[in-house]
Order: sequence, then C-alpha cells, then structure tokens
Amino acid sequence: MAKELIKGNTAVAEAALRAGLEAYFGYPITPQTELLEHLSARMPELGRPFVQAESELGAINMVYGAACTGKRVMTSSSSPGVSLMMEGLSYIAGTEVPAVLVDVVRGGPGLGNIAPAQGDYNQIVHGGGHGDYHLIVLAPASVQEAVDLTVLAFDLAEKYRNIVAVLLDGSIGQMMEPAELPPMQPLKTETPDWAVRGTQGGEKRILTSINLDPPAQEVMNLRLMKRWQEIEKNEIRYKTYFMDDAEYVVVGFGTAGRVSLSAVRAAREKGIKVGLLRPITVAPFPKNVLDELTEKVKAFLVVEMNAGQMLEDVRLVVRGRKPVEFFGRMGGVVPFPDEVLTEIERLVEGSLTTEGHPRDRWLSRLSETIG
Amino acid sequence: MVLTDIPTKVVYKRPEALDPRVTHYCPGCTHGVAHRLVAEVLEEMGQVENTIGVASVGCSVFAYNYFEFDFVEAAHGRAPAMATGIKRVLPDRMIFTYQGDGDLASIGMGEIVGAASRGEKITVVFINNANYGMTGGQMAPTTLPNQKTTSSPTGRDVERQGYPIQTAELLSTLGGAVYVVRRSLHSSREVRRAKQAIRTAFEVQKHDLGFSLVELLSTCPTNWGMTPVEARDWIEERMLTYYPLGDYKVSPAVADLKI
Repeated sequence: MAKELIKGNTAVAEAALRAGLEAYFGYPITPQTELLEHLSARMPELGRPFVQAESELGAINMVYGAACTGKRVMTSSSSPGVSLMMEGLSYIAGTEVPAVLVDVVRGGPGLGNIAPAQGDYNQIVHGGGHGDYHLIVLAPASVQEAVDLTVLAFDLAEKYRNIVAVLLDGSIGQMMEPAELPPMQPLKTETPDWAVRGTQGGEKRILTSINLDPPAQEVMNLRLMKRWQEIEKNEIRYKTYFMDDAEYVVVGFGTAGRVSLSAVRAAREKGIKVGLLRPITVAPFPKNVLDELTEKVKAFLVVEMNAGQMLEDVRLVVRGRKPVEFFGRMGGVVPFPDEVLTEIERLVEGSLTTEGHPRDRWLSRLSETIG
Repeated sequence: MVLTDIPTKVVYKRPEALDPRVTHYCPGCTHGVAHRLVAEVLEEMGQVENTIGVASVGCSVFAYNYFEFDFVEAAHGRAPAMATGIKRVLPDRMIFTYQGDGDLASIGMGEIVGAASRGEKITVVFINNANYGMTGGQMAPTTLPNQKTTSSPTGRDVERQGYPIQTAELLSTLGGAVYVVRRSLHSSREVRRAKQAIRTAFEVQKHDLGFSLVELLSTCPTNWGMTPVEARDWIEERMLTYYPLGDYKVSPAVADLKI
C-alpha cells in the first residue's frame, strides 16, 4: 500500500478501523477531535457502531460494556478527558477485559491549553485510577509509528486482557506526515470464552470488578501483577540511535525523543559522542537496556515535555551510579533541537554530579530563561 | 372428602431465571419483588438466555448473583453507558440496567439522560426508595421534603438541601424515551401493575422502539426505621403524593403494541 500524506489523528482512526475496530465511543476534545470525526463517518459506512457519548465518563463506560462482549473496542481523548476516564479504566482493569485508549496529550494541569505536551505520563503510566493495575503504554514519535502501534495495541490488549494506551502528544495527533496505512483486516468472528453474550443455552457468565472477600481480591491482584511481569518480560520496545560508541545518552519518548534525535545528530556533527534511547513502550519501561547503558556511558540527559515524569523511572534504574540531568518544557511548550543541543553540550562540558535532584538544577536554569 | 382428591394446579412457583439462594436484602425490602418480576417477565417472553443484565452500585450491586443469566457490574451511575456499549455491539440481545435512586438520579444523571435522549434500545428498572440504602440510609436525590435520613438528621430542608427529583417526569421529556412510567411495589395490586409495565418495557426493547424505563417505588424498612407493614403504608401515605403513579410517556408505537 502506498504512503499518503495524512494527519496523525486521522491516521490512527483509520488504522484502528482497519485493525478490526468493532465499536468506537468518544467525546470531542482538542487536539484529538479529528480522530472522533473520522470514525463518525467511517464506522457507519461499514455498519459498525459509533457513539458520541454524553461525556468521557459515558464514553469509557460504553467501552467497558462493549469490551465485556469480547469485541475490539476503543475510545480516544485528551488529557482532561482522560482524567475523567480514570474511574472507568480502573474498572476495566479490574474486570480484566481488553480495551484500547488513545490519549492525545495537551498542556496542563487543569483546562491548560491545546498545545502538545507529555504531562499525562504519570496518570497513564503510573495509573491515575485506584488500585494496583498497569496499562501497556505505547508512545509513537511519528505518524507512521502511531499507525503501526495502534494496530499492535489491539493485539496486545486481547493477548493479555489488558488496557493498552497509545500515548500521542498533540503534535503527533495534529501533524501531517507521509504514512502507510495497514490493510483492512476482517472483523473477528470468534467470541472469547470469558465474554458475556446471553447464555444461549450455556453457562452463565458474570463480569465484575467487585470482590468483597479480601483474600479472594488479593488473589485477583496477584494474577494481575503476574500478568504484568509477563508483559514486562515479553513486550518491551524501544529504539536506540548512535549508541555504538556513545559516552552520553539522551532519553526521550514521543515528540521529545524526536526533537532530541535532531539534537543528537547536530551534536554528532560537532564530534560529541552522544546517543539516544527512545522508549516505545513507556510501560513496560525498558529498564534492562537502560541498566546496561548505565554501566557503559558517562551520563544521561532526560528530555520531556513535562516537569520530569519519566525522569523518575530513569533515576530508579540508574540509582545514582551515573549523573542524570534533565531538560523539559512544560505547559504545551515544545523544546527546540538547539535547546536540547545546548543541554547536551552542557552535559559534556559541565561538572557532573550524582548529588541533589536533576529537577532542581533544571528548574533554576529554566527560571533564569522564562522567569 | 380426603385431601388427595383435591385437584392440584401450580399457580405460583419460583421463576427458573432466579437463583434459589437466599438474598442479602433486608426483610420487607421490595428489591426481591422487583427481581422476581423481571425474572418472570423474561421467562414469559422466552428471553432469559438472550439477556444481559447490567447491575449498578447500591443494594442491588449483587443482583447478578440472583439472576440465572449473563450479567456485568457497572461503576456507580454508569450502568446506562455500559448498557449502551453492550446493546450497540449486540443489538439482538435484551439489555437492561437495574439501578437505584442514588445511582441513577444522582451520580448517574448524565448517563441516564444521555441514554434516554439517544433513544438507546435498553430497558431500565429504576428502584426509588427515597434514600441511599447500601451505605446506611443517607439522603438521596429522591428523599422527600422533611424526611429524616442519616445525612438529613433533622429532616430534608428544601431551602438548604434542595428538592427531590421526579425521575420519570424528567426523563419523559426526552425524545428518545418512548416508554416511561412509575409504578409501586407496596400492594399486591400495584405489584401486578408493575409487572405489566416491566413486560411492556421489555416488549418495547424487543420491538426496537427505543428507550424504556419503569420507576418502582420501593420500601426500605431498615433505613426508614419501620416494620415492613409500616413501610408499605409509608409509600402509600407519603411517597405517592410526591411521586404519583402513572404513564409519563407512551409513544404512539408503544401504545399500538399488542402484548
């Protein structure tokens, strides 16, 4: 199939549909809305359910209901809308039914703005909802990758009966890029054994997240945690760039990773031995590769479009063995490659430390810049 | 005449769609009656194996234990959204929610209005017992003026705590709602009328006519601090004034249904 110039949100919507999406439930919110708009036309064309819900609460609970039938279902939203969905996500996780969520992240907190940001890392990766559960979180850095990961999201959700989030920042959702869309897959014909359908003469099925007996609930929690360990073993995805002889490593996901790649290329032209680690699964987090790099390199620079949310996961792996520095822009401001390049140069030239917290050092530098 | 000569006929038996276990409901509570009516209607319609119920949060949170067919359990207030999701992907199944007044008329008002206005082809069995039963009798959106509850200990003061919501009347204004009625479970006569309404509501769904809801005035003797008989009388004397029984919306297509 040939490449076409297509907007990220539209590409993700069409990719989901071609991956066999059987029902979509959503609510308009910028910068995600084109996704909903595309499906509002395409789903009815194919005779598949599309519902514009009364709210994000409604949308996620429609997903919950439809997911209980074993169908391929999804919703999409952006940061404040995803915050509203946290209740439903916890219930879906607690019922162990598969579902896909696309979060096109915007600047926050609060109503914030509609510019690209990565401030949802914590609420998506570390769970904004109550209880112990994990989402598989895929973080694309281009429209093509967003397409490919959307298709993967449905497969992973069904394989593990787990929620999979595709974490786009607003720039991936809004940007037009050439991308190749996947071929149209036929809809699933089999109903999973666990799904409700009406007994149809068979056994009664109950899908619920309530369990008043604490020891039984603990067994359920244990099952979820063991499944997560399995996911951590099998599903880590990341990309490295210029890593062979790298003495310094930039770590960034999504658009921050992409901007960092430009900076790393520019630094390489200046002879700086720097590479890039771009996590594609931010959950499960690529701990092992980071651990291996910690043994090899001199220092890390974490770049994010937030105040250092993934930074804490990096620090947990590095554990003070090597200096970690941080550079971020917040509130919908996208860093420029030359800003990241300056940070790389500072890393190389500066007096590095494993003392204190990199966020504090970054905040004092940033305060001088933006006051 | 000896006893064995009397011809026997089964006039009353437990519906097979109801699990024979003892429920967790309090003595004198009418949840059990409402469950039974739903089970009888689905059985009479031959729909038991084709039904998926959506339980809600409140005393009926474990409703799925008592029905012998597929069930899911929604978050507080979200049952109509969950039912929407199921019905849209399985349009030939009977989907109903079973919700109390705190669930439906307070935290879930957005979801029920959304589902009704979209004309979702689901059936809602709505239990109005004028308080939050499961959490121990707090003021609900349906609590009557001056009614004492654990969170309105001196009686609901409408100046400070607002007015009760008349759910059937409110939802009957929405275009997608085609059958919205209020019945009561406080007497045998009303129980029979309630069953007819539940039957009609499920027939509405079977015929794809739109959204249907039956509000049922129900007793809560434990939290009301009454005996079961006193609780029945309280419905008649107090609740019926504020919540008149009646058909609030019967679309022409529903009126034409032959049941």
